Amino acid sequence: MDFDFIQRFAPMYAKAAGLTLRIGLIGIALSLVVGALCCLAKYFRVPVLKQVAAVYIELARNTPLLVQLFFLYFGLPKVGVKLSAETCAITGLTFLGGAYMAEALRSGLEAVDRGQAESGMCIGLTPLQNLRFVILPQALATAIPAIGANAIFLIKETSVFSAVALADLMYVAKDLIGMYYKTDEALLMLTVAYLTLLLPISIVFSVWERRLRYAGFGGAVQGQ
Amino acid sequence: MSNQPILEVKHLSKHFDGNGVLKDVSFTLAEGEVIVVVGPSGCGKSTLLRCVNGLERPDGGEILLDGARIDAGADLVQVRRQVGMVFQSYDLFPHMDVLGNLTLGPVQAMKRPRLEVEAEAEKALERVGLAEKLHALPRQLSGGQKQRVALVRAMLMHPRLLLLDEITAALDPEMVREVLNVVLDLARDGMTMMIVTHEMRFAEAVADRVLFLEGGSVLEEAPPREFFHNPRTDRARQFLDTFEFDAVK
Repeated sequence: MDFDFIQRFAPMYAKAAGLTLRIGLIGIALSLVVGALCCLAKYFRVPVLKQVAAVYIELARNTPLLVQLFFLYFGLPKVGVKLSAETCAITGLTFLGGAYMAEALRSGLEAVDRGQAESGMCIGLTPLQNLRFVILPQALATAIPAIGANAIFLIKETSVFSAVALADLMYVAKDLIGMYYKTDEALLMLTVAYLTLLLPISIVFSVWERRLRYAGFGGAVQGQ
Repeated sequence: MSNQPILEVKHLSKHFDGNGVLKDVSFTLAEGEVIVVVGPSGCGKSTLLRCVNGLERPDGGEILLDGARIDAGADLVQVRRQVGMVFQSYDLFPHMDVLGNLTLGPVQAMKRPRLEVEAEAEKALERVGLAEKLHALPRQLSGGQKQRVALVRAMLMHPRLLLLDEITAALDPEMVREVLNVVLDLARDGMTMMIVTHEMRFAEAVADRVLFLEGGSVLEEAPPREFFHNPRTDRARQFLDTFEFDAVK
């Protein structure tokens, strides 16, 4: 193990980790927005939009991210749309993540008992008020574990962005291996970098999930 | 008391998948009156209640609330602000404490000042013997306590009409009593109610009129004394007999 090598290139990994995290977090945030929109289109049964959402979800979930990315990076310029590698990465991640987040949110919404919505209606809430005060808080509590799993999955998926020459963690590791043949060191640092990014996120979501469970909603069925 | 009934149901019909669940149901409900709907399970009692506040869309006939038609064009949100409903499964909001459950409708839907509603909620809770449960979560309450909270939640909307759908069906016997006492109090205070129940003694005590529903049709409509002690139809007599037990010895 060449510790000088590790010391020398650690800053490079740190910088790449920053990029990975930034793209990952922006992608996750946008995925949640896209997912929420799809989910609401389905929930309120908005004509046309509901079908568009269904097609999009199936398309995004059943094609690999790499293929989606190649389409954006190599395909779109052919029709005159040229996006930077970073824009491609964020767009690609959002395209994929939006579908997964839509499904996570949908599972949360579906877990809310039908009687809850009816109770909200019976105290005169408008559909939007009902969603905001009664349904969403419970749906989100149920969906948090799935949203957390998706968030971690999406950050890991950023590793394919190295294929479009974006200097993320994976790219740096491949680069170093190519230049110095220090495979063990490069891969060790790569693993450590991903763990450093993902473990805290994983822990935050676990704690959050447990808190919600103790608060007594989100799937915890109580006896009479 | 005005002459116009609060609720008029005329020739109401409703189908599910081609099956007639309600067939030509008509009745009226005057202010301060309590009507109890009884009948075997699957006879359409719950569907009838749910049509009255628009949770189900009828296929035919009309429903008039204070003379105004409830139909596809009606603002159902407005209708539901005047027609309260309590269900068998309580359906309290599990992520809010009792106070949150009670104030949500008046504060958000009716735009009333929070402090005023909270004071009223506290008083109302005290009346049903749950003053100390103000900040409890629903899961910390017994079934009977939950159902009393659900009743208070509906009443804080100051409805013109209250619909109760088998509100004691999921409760242990000793809890049934505490819930029904609250309903009897409401009736004494002149609350207009439409009640679906299997508690026949309670029905007899609280009802001004009984509607016997079978197969989606009204077979009998009579004052409780008459219905429970002298039913006109054989079907009603059979139904009432199922609540009696002959001694084994």
